[in-house]
Amino acid sequence: MNKKRRILLLKGLVWLLGLAPAVWLVWRGFTDRLGANAIEEVLHRLGDTSLIALLVALSITPVRRLTGWNILAPLRRPIGLFAFFYLTMHFLWYAVIDEELALEFIIEDVIERPYILAGFTGWLLLIPLAITSTKGWIRRLKKNWQRLHRLVYLSTGLGLLHFYWQVKADTYWPIVAITVMVVLMLLRIRPRKPGRERERTVAAERPRQEPLAD
Amino acid sequence: MLIRKPNDIPSSEITPEHVYINRRHFIGKSAGIALGGIAGAGAIGGATAAGWPGRAAAQTAQVGQRDWSTVRTELGEELNSFEDITTYNNFYEFGTQKDDPARNAHTLRPRPWTIEVGGMCANPGVYGLEDFIRPGTMEDRIYRMRCVEGWSMVIPWYGFPLKDVIDRAEPLGSARYVEFKTLLDPEQMPGQRARVLDWPYVEGLRLDEARHPLTILATGVYGQDLPNQNGAPIRLVIPWKYGFKGIKSIVSMTFMEQEPFNSWKRAASFEYGFYANVNPEVNHPRWSQARERRLGPNCGVFRCEQIPTMLFNGYVDQVAGLYAGMDLRVYY
Ligand code: HEM
Repeated sequence: MNKKRRILLLKGLVWLLGLAPAVWLVWRGFTDRLGANAIEEVLHRLGDTSLIALLVALSITPVRRLTGWNILAPLRRPIGLFAFFYLTMHFLWYAVIDEELALEFIIEDVIERPYILAGFTGWLLLIPLAITSTKGWIRRLKKNWQRLHRLVYLSTGLGLLHFYWQVKADTYWPIVAITVMVVLMLLRIRPRKPGRERERTVAAERPRQEPLAD
Repeated sequence: MLIRKPNDIPSSEITPEHVYINRRHFIGKSAGIALGGIAGAGAIGGATAAGWPGRAAAQTAQVGQRDWSTVRTELGEELNSFEDITTYNNFYEFGTQKDDPARNAHTLRPRPWTIEVGGMCANPGVYGLEDFIRPGTMEDRIYRMRCVEGWSMVIPWYGFPLKDVIDRAEPLGSARYVEFKTLLDPEQMPGQRARVLDWPYVEGLRLDEARHPLTILATGVYGQDLPNQNGAPIRLVIPWKYGFKGIKSIVSMTFMEQEPFNSWKRAASFEYGFYANVNPEVNHPRWSQARERRLGPNCGVFRCEQIPTMLFNGYVDQVAGLYAGMDLRVYY
């Protein structure tokens, strides 16, 4: 199989996995399997999915470096966009379904509840990244594109804070997620490599013109 | 003999199964029902933790022997279905997700069961569950249940006034509080293997709250035995307080002079207090308590209206006197 076809196959896989949580939720909704508090269930599952997608998007580059599977690089953009899609659904579900667009309550939540403020900021920061995820924007922004897309770390960090802060007592999953993030960040610290070796790696790294930050 | 000293009872005699089953018999004969209905006890379609009826079967209409479909609260609110009540709740001893208790509580063995009564009282001892419950005192109580997390249900408990037990224990004049503990047994309660809370779960009440006629010990819902996940075989229900005060699967009751140090207060004292009275004016530091999502028949996937939360969960006329002169912001 040539490279193009393999990339296509991998992208298809990303789409399948990316759509699965949405299909799963819709199916549960139609078959009355969302439990007594369906609104909360959907909100939580959308939140989980967003965070997982963000972490997976952030893991592409470290995994690529560790394994040398550069073929993974083109997957960052669709995964990042799936994360943004679920996050936007998460926010809309909260605002439209959960709060029924009651602005006074939404504003009160954002101002007075640090966990909501963190999540909200995290989502806002991702909007420009999603908009500039096209090839055209990558060309136009040049070096600034990479800088801009580093916001994804901040955004994910705020998402993790949001997750941690809203828990009542059981911090198990937030801590697992934070640990994953920390490991991913540590993997990004590149050991100094002498001479040519280093150059080669850097060359392999050179902007592959693939969106969603590095 | 209602109260026995622990060493009077050979272990073989503690709550034999048949005595427990008999309980239903005497309850069935003598129950005086608060709402003028039929005693719900007796032959009941197998609602146990192991297998509760499916959703259709569990819809409120006909659970047990009573026709529940027309039953409403004093404010005209509809009941939550048996399924809602038994598949969505907090019971951290079986996991921290709302559906964990229903999934995991099959490991609990609610029979035989004993409850130790101790501390500052004239009649300390160990009750077998069947001794704890006095014939003729069981009744259905339809109460709102408001969780501190912001959701609520309407639940037809089946139980008896806590006061009944307190009177028999005869607390000393110096006793001011009563403390309750849940079973501690990670074998039966796998959630206790994680130190999410400081096990065993502890709750408490001031004695006047404990003696209040609205405060009950529940052994059932919808007139049938409590499923394990709801706190079998016996749990506390205090309808004007947040749900976490309603300690489940109780094994001890201790009369004391100082305020009990309840589990959630221990876990986060800025967020949860001893009193935990439902109060729309006193917000949880991380979320508002002004509204609640009333789960149940009018709550769907896309729409589940939030309703205003009522002071003391709507039982203000009955209980406000308990807190006269107290600053409810300080004693939250
Ligand atoms: C980077 C952005 C965000 C991420 C990664 C994120 C992720 C999550 C996660 C993982 C959960 C917990 C789900 C669970 O319990 O399993 C959650 C809950 C929640 N999120 Fe977000 N979220 C984000 C942004 C937002 C925004 C913008 C809002 C609304 C303004 C929001 C509102 C909520 C609410 C209300 C909950 C439920 C809290 C509760 O039940 O107590 N989130 N979110």
